[in-house]
Amino acid sequence: MTLAKRIIPCLDVDAGRVVKGVRFVDIRDAGDPVEIARRYDREGADEITFLDITASSDDRETIVHVVEDVAAEVFIPLTVGGGIRKVEDIRRMLTAGADKVAINTAAVFDPEFVREAADKVGSQCIVVAIDAKQVAQDPPRWEIFTHGGRKPTGLDAVAWARKMASYGAGEILLTSMDRDGTKSGFDLALTRTISEAVRIPVIASGGVGTLDHLVEGVTEGKADAVLAASIFHFGEYTIAEAKRHMAAAGIPVRR
Amino acid sequence: MAATIVIVDYGMGNLRSVAKALEHVAPADTVVRISSQPAVVRRADRVVFPGQGAAADCMRALRETGLDEAIVEAVRSKPFLGVCMGMQVLLESSEENGGTACLGVFPGRVKSFAAALDALPAGRALKIPHMGWNTVHQTGPHPLWRGIPQDSYFYFVHSYYADPTAEALRLGVTDYGIPFTSALGHDNVFAIQSHPEKSAQAGIRLLENFARWDGQAP
Repeated sequence: MTLAKRIIPCLDVDAGRVVKGVRFVDIRDAGDPVEIARRYDREGADEITFLDITASSDDRETIVHVVEDVAAEVFIPLTVGGGIRKVEDIRRMLTAGADKVAINTAAVFDPEFVREAADKVGSQCIVVAIDAKQVAQDPPRWEIFTHGGRKPTGLDAVAWARKMASYGAGEILLTSMDRDGTKSGFDLALTRTISEAVRIPVIASGGVGTLDHLVEGVTEGKADAVLAASIFHFGEYTIAEAKRHMAAAGIPVRR
Repeated sequence: MAATIVIVDYGMGNLRSVAKALEHVAPADTVVRISSQPAVVRRADRVVFPGQGAAADCMRALRETGLDEAIVEAVRSKPFLGVCMGMQVLLESSEENGGTACLGVFPGRVKSFAAALDALPAGRALKIPHMGWNTVHQTGPHPLWRGIPQDSYFYFVHSYYADPTAEALRLGVTDYGIPFTSALGHDNVFAIQSHPEKSAQAGIRLLENFARWDGQAP
């Protein structure tokens, strides 16, 4: 018996509604975060991540209610990312029932924010989200990008991950911007390089198109958890199928 | 009169999840209350103590508010559930924060995973914190394990682990590079390292059992 590798479905939420068309035949309201979260919980999701993509500041408050409603019914860890810029934002999410927050852009612009956040609420609540893109082949090098992969920062991904860990991040959510949305699998070299560079857990993200991709993320990428969106949302695979597949490959999973 | 479950609030972290989960499973006439007042803790029928944050901060907050004494009294007199840091501070001391004196309800110490794992050949590859789902092996029957299959998965997040000196205190064991005590207790006290409020069916069942527990142990 040992620590299980986690499968984490990720939901994009815009003004309180799940977007990117979740399609389940047996769900009445495909935009209802509570109904979808309940469904993933039943299938055996190990955690659920909500990414708030609400652009209008008037609608920002809606994610708090989403978290409150989900946390009242779904008793697994919940992570919220998107728009987390102040310790006050973190406290609001935790009070609403989130267990962790993912900090992305705010960490790049102000790394001290991560240190302050970890001091105030504890490292276990702080996930640093890293969006990385490959910028050199031999030897491979990855750089941190912001604005959905459009703006380079000049920061080396490995050095950045180490720095965030030393500033008190409890976990790293690592997304390959080269693979995100391609369904061609995780950037395994990136995942493995980061996972071996830090002592804190690493969640692999970006590029999952098949169940084998999830397996590779753990066996070759050395990830502690794998995050995926579309393969679960569109009903291609259930979380339960993903777990059976991982277990068959010899990976410890919670079932 | 309705029974009350009081969740001890020492000002750190989020207790809403614990309260919500208890409300979800407690008998209809049970009142679940979050409180930072020692007097309210003293009047409770059952007490849940979910700790968060670092050991030194936790102990300082408990001493400043007088909750330390109320907790020790509850431990001696009524069904008591310690969770995470709320389990660790029941021991005598913790290695966290350069050494922290704790409540000393049970003999033993809280030790660092980093030190223990670095001493093992394969241990350096294990991540810290121990974060995620791991199995809890029940050392024997207990009213709080009722209905929970042996070796069920629970959700953990911690970098230090409890090491009670008395073997009889161990109620659950988990393996993370080394076997460690993931649940302990005696008589009316049950304490668990993982977060039952985040541990899906197994954790919810444990809270359901606690909400009905008369404090008698086998």
